[in-house]
Amino acid sequence: MSRLIVRRLLVSLAVLWLVTLLVFVATLLLPGDPVRAILGQQATPERIAALRAQLDLDAPVWERYLNWLGGVVTGDLGTSTATQGPVNDLLGDRIGASLVLLVAAAVLSTLVGLALGTWSALRRGRAADHTVSGISLVIAALPEFVIGVALIVLLSTTVFPLLPSVTLAPPGEPVWSQPSQLVLPVLTLALVVTPYITRMMRATMSEVLDSGYVEMARLKGIPEKTVLLRHALPHAIGPVAQVIALQLAWLAGGVVVVEFLFRYPGVGQALIDAVNNRDVEVVQAITLLIAAVYIVVNLLADIVGILTNPKLRTEVTR
Amino acid sequence: MTTQVAVTNALEVSELRVHTLAGSPVLKGVSYAIAPGEVLALVGESGSGKTTAGLAALGHFRRGLAPAGGAVTASPRDGEPVDVLGLGERERRALRGHTLAYVPQDPALSLNPALRIGRQIAEVLEAHGYGASGEERAARVAEVLGEVGLPADENYQRRYPHQLSGGQQQRVGIAMAFACRPSVVVLDEPTTGLDVTTQTLVLRTVAALTAEHGVAALYITHDLAVVSAIADRVAVMRGGEIVECGAAEEVLRRPAHAYTRELVDAVPDLDGGGGLPEPDGDTETLRVTGLSVSYGEHRVLRDVSLTVHSGECLLLLGESGSGKTTLSRCVAGLNEHHTGTVELAGTALAPSTRRRTAEELRAVQYVFQSPYSSLNPRRTIAQSVEVPLEMLTELPKAARRERVAETLDRVRLSRTLAGRLPDQLSGGERQRAAIARALVTTPKVLLCDEVTSALDVSVQATIIDLLCELRAELGTAMVFVTHNIALARHVADRIAVLRGGEIVETGPVGDVLSAPRHEYTRELLANTPRM
Repeated sequence: MSRLIVRRLLVSLAVLWLVTLLVFVATLLLPGDPVRAILGQQATPERIAALRAQLDLDAPVWERYLNWLGGVVTGDLGTSTATQGPVNDLLGDRIGASLVLLVAAAVLSTLVGLALGTWSALRRGRAADHTVSGISLVIAALPEFVIGVALIVLLSTTVFPLLPSVTLAPPGEPVWSQPSQLVLPVLTLALVVTPYITRMMRATMSEVLDSGYVEMARLKGIPEKTVLLRHALPHAIGPVAQVIALQLAWLAGGVVVVEFLFRYPGVGQALIDAVNNRDVEVVQAITLLIAAVYIVVNLLADIVGILTNPKLRTEVTR
Repeated sequence: MTTQVAVTNALEVSELRVHTLAGSPVLKGVSYAIAPGEVLALVGESGSGKTTAGLAALGHFRRGLAPAGGAVTASPRDGEPVDVLGLGERERRALRGHTLAYVPQDPALSLNPALRIGRQIAEVLEAHGYGASGEERAARVAEVLGEVGLPADENYQRRYPHQLSGGQQQRVGIAMAFACRPSVVVLDEPTTGLDVTTQTLVLRTVAALTAEHGVAALYITHDLAVVSAIADRVAVMRGGEIVECGAAEEVLRRPAHAYTRELVDAVPDLDGGGGLPEPDGDTETLRVTGLSVSYGEHRVLRDVSLTVHSGECLLLLGESGSGKTTLSRCVAGLNEHHTGTVELAGTALAPSTRRRTAEELRAVQYVFQSPYSSLNPRRTIAQSVEVPLEMLTELPKAARRERVAETLDRVRLSRTLAGRLPDQLSGGERQRAAIARALVTTPKVLLCDEVTSALDVSVQATIIDLLCELRAELGTAMVFVTHNIALARHVADRIAVLRGGEIVETGPVGDVLSAPRHEYTRELLANTPRM
């Protein structure tokens, strides 16, 4: 088993390295000159040349790539061309803020999705099941900004003015100091991904509940709760983990739109600002970060798949 | 129904009716009773409702089924008889696994693949509060594993189901059922899918356990030969009703009901058969020389050689994993990764169908094991049968149509069925259609791969009769692949016994059955249940 996991880990590292290559090449191909973006149209040729030298833009491409990669590996994401400060300082707080959003939304949607899917599967064909299916289908069809706007209308403006519609915390103060401002963004993200998890869980669980070993467990006189938790759930988790991973990976990207909508000071906001300012270093850092989230989440799903499948688990001992 | 002494019965089912939720009847008033230590066999073909009747004994109904009257009375070892259907879910659960136990048909599907086997047995004991302590339960797990003839050590208990063979898995299923010392055990075709040697072991285990502990057993099966090996009494089911019930010996020797007689006659018998057409000539149609197949280190076939003459049928006998299907696939050109040669009437065939000529492809045809998966579900029977003609002949459309109709007549499939889709046909009709598809190109060699193992006995008998007739009429050389030696006299002229990828014995059917030379053949013959 450990050999299998190590192999997956190595593959993930290789993919991550490929991503650094792609990100670097892509920023090279971006139209626009960062030097011109910083200095404006009236800059003198001397100043442009000086800045180019300072930014190391005259060095060969492979050398710049290696310098950048070396920095990334040692945890130094370079210097922001826009603020002239280290990217690390710029993103530090924002990564924390986005992470809070992501983890809260992920935990909420996973728990609700698994529970709702299981509940629905147990009531297959009854009214409750049809209601869950119908509602989840409708929500799944709505894009995240529509859900966000609808929630704002419903919970922070005319109908029930309960929650702030934008993030109010002053810069420098951590976002979780005012938990009420987290509710709407987390709810929006959770609502976007929960329907997929629910539907997948319902389908997988239905299949598992019809299996021979669940029927056998019932015929052994095992209490229903144990049947569900010990015999059914472990077999449903493996396939559903793949869908959860895809959804969490989507969250890492979807956070950009939602953060913009709620003026939330996370990496999504930073990415939008950086693109506007031609802040290449920051764009590279954030793209790499989001890619890393994708890879880590998929790796975790694979590991869950391996752990819940004894055939894979015992492969080495055979 | 026969009258029973009510007090002593461990299980009594009376006038049990089960409906689908839509209201169509599945069981139409089924009654049976089993005394402690007695084995009642419930016999019937697929769809007769025997599994529903068995599960109802545990108060369990599958999705879409509901009880509609009747009573199930079970007598626990240490208590008053209870009406199972009158109980609530909680009380029923207390009986299941404790007083009423179940052994499923396919242990590969019914054992939880993610739990260690020791855990799965201990679980029943825990659920019913067997024993005072964990140690006592652990001791019982080890004891019951010993009773079914499995090793009881810690290491073995820590195995997962996929690390056991089919026979071992089934014995774990039996151990699970007997763990709490139940008074009634329902066994649902527990030996289907096991080879004969393992089947004998499992049957012995069941017989010993029921006799020793005074357990009433309901043994559901479609195999009458197994019935005579294990049952005290037999109940024959058809269309949701018990048509005949009585002592096993009595029912099998002197069946009273016409349907029972039909079933008994349809069972292939090692001694029966006879009257096979003589092979007409000695033209050698198929010759296989030095055929070997390996998957990596694993050698599936080792240096296999055989010949089949025109109009002759060779029974290729072997258990699962012996390489018999691989061999027939090599002959058909469906497995090109082999060494050795396959010759058709003296000319060597290419290893892959892609490099065989249309004429060669027409000459070698294949009928697959399951007619449920070998016919395209979106094509009508006539369309499926026409495909080989479209691909392999230059015949114009009208001539093809005519040939299809002729072939359907030949396999005695009514022309009205030609326009139907496979799922509108019964298993036997589908297999006839599959045979028609193979015969439509008038092949010189017909490969039949376990063609009857997915079918009921009575259907099996008609398919075998059909194949014998067709062989006599058309002079086709036939290779009949099977695991069931009892079919030998009914279909074949010669036998080749395949074991571990090698042919261990070959010869005329009569010689091999009456004087088997190889130990393995003798073992197979000894383990094949006879009626």
